Amino acid sequence: MKKLLIFIVLLFCQMAHSAPLTIEITESEMGALPIAVVPFGWQGPGQAPSEDIAAIIDADLKRSGRFKTMPSKDMIASPHTGTNVDFRDWRVLGMESLVVGQVKPNGVGGYIVRFQLFDVFKGEQLTGYSIPTTARDLRATAHHISDLIYEKLTGQRGAFATRVAYITSIAHAEGQRKMALQVADADGYHPQTIVTSTEPLMSPAWSPDGLKLAYVSFEKGRPSIFVQEVYTGKRQRVASFKGINGAPAWSPDGRKLALTLSKDGNPDIFILDLAKRTLLPLSRHYAIDTEPAWSPDGKYIIWTSDRGGRPQIYRIPSGGGKAERITFEGKYNARASYSPDGKLITMVTQIGREFRISVLDLASSQLQVLSDGSLDESPSFAPNGSMVIYATKIKGQGELAAVSVDGRVKQRLALQVGDVREPAWAPYSQ
Amino acid sequence: MKLKMIKFVPLMLAALMFVGCSTTEQKAEEPAPVSETPDKMHGDMDHSMQGEDAATSGADAATGWTGHPLDDPAKLTSTRVIHFDFDRSEIKPEYQAIVVAHGEYLARHSSQTVTIEGHCDERGTREYNIALGERRANAVKRLLMAQGATSGQITTVSYGEEKPLERASNETAWAKNRRAVFAY
Repeated sequence: MKKLLIFIVLLFCQMAHSAPLTIEITESEMGALPIAVVPFGWQGPGQAPSEDIAAIIDADLKRSGRFKTMPSKDMIASPHTGTNVDFRDWRVLGMESLVVGQVKPNGVGGYIVRFQLFDVFKGEQLTGYSIPTTARDLRATAHHISDLIYEKLTGQRGAFATRVAYITSIAHAEGQRKMALQVADADGYHPQTIVTSTEPLMSPAWSPDGLKLAYVSFEKGRPSIFVQEVYTGKRQRVASFKGINGAPAWSPDGRKLALTLSKDGNPDIFILDLAKRTLLPLSRHYAIDTEPAWSPDGKYIIWTSDRGGRPQIYRIPSGGGKAERITFEGKYNARASYSPDGKLITMVTQIGREFRISVLDLASSQLQVLSDGSLDESPSFAPNGSMVIYATKIKGQGELAAVSVDGRVKQRLALQVGDVREPAWAPYSQ
Repeated sequence: MKLKMIKFVPLMLAALMFVGCSTTEQKAEEPAPVSETPDKMHGDMDHSMQGEDAATSGADAATGWTGHPLDDPAKLTSTRVIHFDFDRSEIKPEYQAIVVAHGEYLARHSSQTVTIEGHCDERGTREYNIALGERRANAVKRLLMAQGATSGQITTVSYGEEKPLERASNETAWAKNRRAVFAY
């Protein structure tokens, strides 16, 4: 319960409700767990809140690809508490799990959201909580309930109450584009603008504590790397050398950035110690070296290099050492990053003429292509490793999409205006 | 070709402004300073090159061009964009003479500076394209220097795929977007 309260405090600074992103599941799920989330009841005087908690939980679970949810119109009963549940109703409908709940005012302008998760066959409660919240945190509370349900039923921590950073580009006056770095909930709600510019913004990267973003800004006509605190907006320019300053990636301890600099003539990977301001060269080669990413244990850096003629992924100890090539399938592999458990990498792979998102199993060297677009890029693992979010192009417009890591379920997160690109899934809040 | 040049009128106006600001460094054979008004710089994209000569003086004996010599449509230096093949940075044979002409001009006018922008099409990853765009800009820089231009005259910047000329996703747009731009 203490954890819950901390969580609620962390999410207290949410913005007003708005929903520029719409979610569309583009492939249906097979072998997913059937679950019914009954619309929550409203207990008490006054107006019920406008947020539909059950609908948010339903959408989260469906989005994960692990669940098949039941449309509320097909339900033959609508209990709000366990005592009112007749499990036979739900067994008949083939449901394995059932979620019921209710919302009531807490007397001081907020709400208490109560939910229970049941195993339909055993007729047993698996988990249940009463969560105090506020009107503006209702969505966050719903995502947190989704996380609790997900973890109970799959054994894996949920990632619904997390956020995503991304870049938008919107047509502006006189042929200009207005670029913005934004942060939204993982379902696209609550977008907040972190920085805007009429010059390119690129390569957002979350600090491991989820409190800062590193990014590239061309605001002075040439690229610099900035580190900005997400909540205060305070920022620092950390790299502004001659030439390229790009592709920042945080070390797992948050003390260093791997980045690409071409100050010595061509792009190489460097490690910048943020406190000491020291710079350690890591790759030294006349080829292109860029797009570094750390292994979760901090021991390795993987990056894109065309030293073999075409872009491929290489690996080197993060303290320096011998570089080894780790991708061999396909003629173009780039922008790789590790899964949270360090077993997989996701990257952009050219398949024929198309650029798609793939996952490489490092132990077996098995490559699986996850996406089916022609210009897919910027893959980023969810913090629980269950999904990969990436950028795709639909009718010439940049959009975000997500795919389950087994490739079974894909979804579009369509922004209503402008191009959206370069999603970066935030780590769990600490 | 004409159409292509018209697109770069704002760039050229910027170049004219630059010349106007550095009159003390003008050499004898260069035209007198120009005086463009700032609002003209943000003028309509489709006003023609001919509209500018009223604001300039001095003429090229051979071509009769009265504007800045870099903008003389009869000269190769009036072409400010060259193109590349996918994931390549070699200067293609058809663009060699253009780069050479810019290099020779820079070699003759040591106070003239230029920024070479490298750009890519949208295929491939964004940071890799930043690196590829820089490689393109550097390929141009090397050829300029081979003509006698100095490193101090040339700045390079790569925008990767971030500033496409054409936003469409097809071969024609990609070919246009894979480019290096001479920004005087």
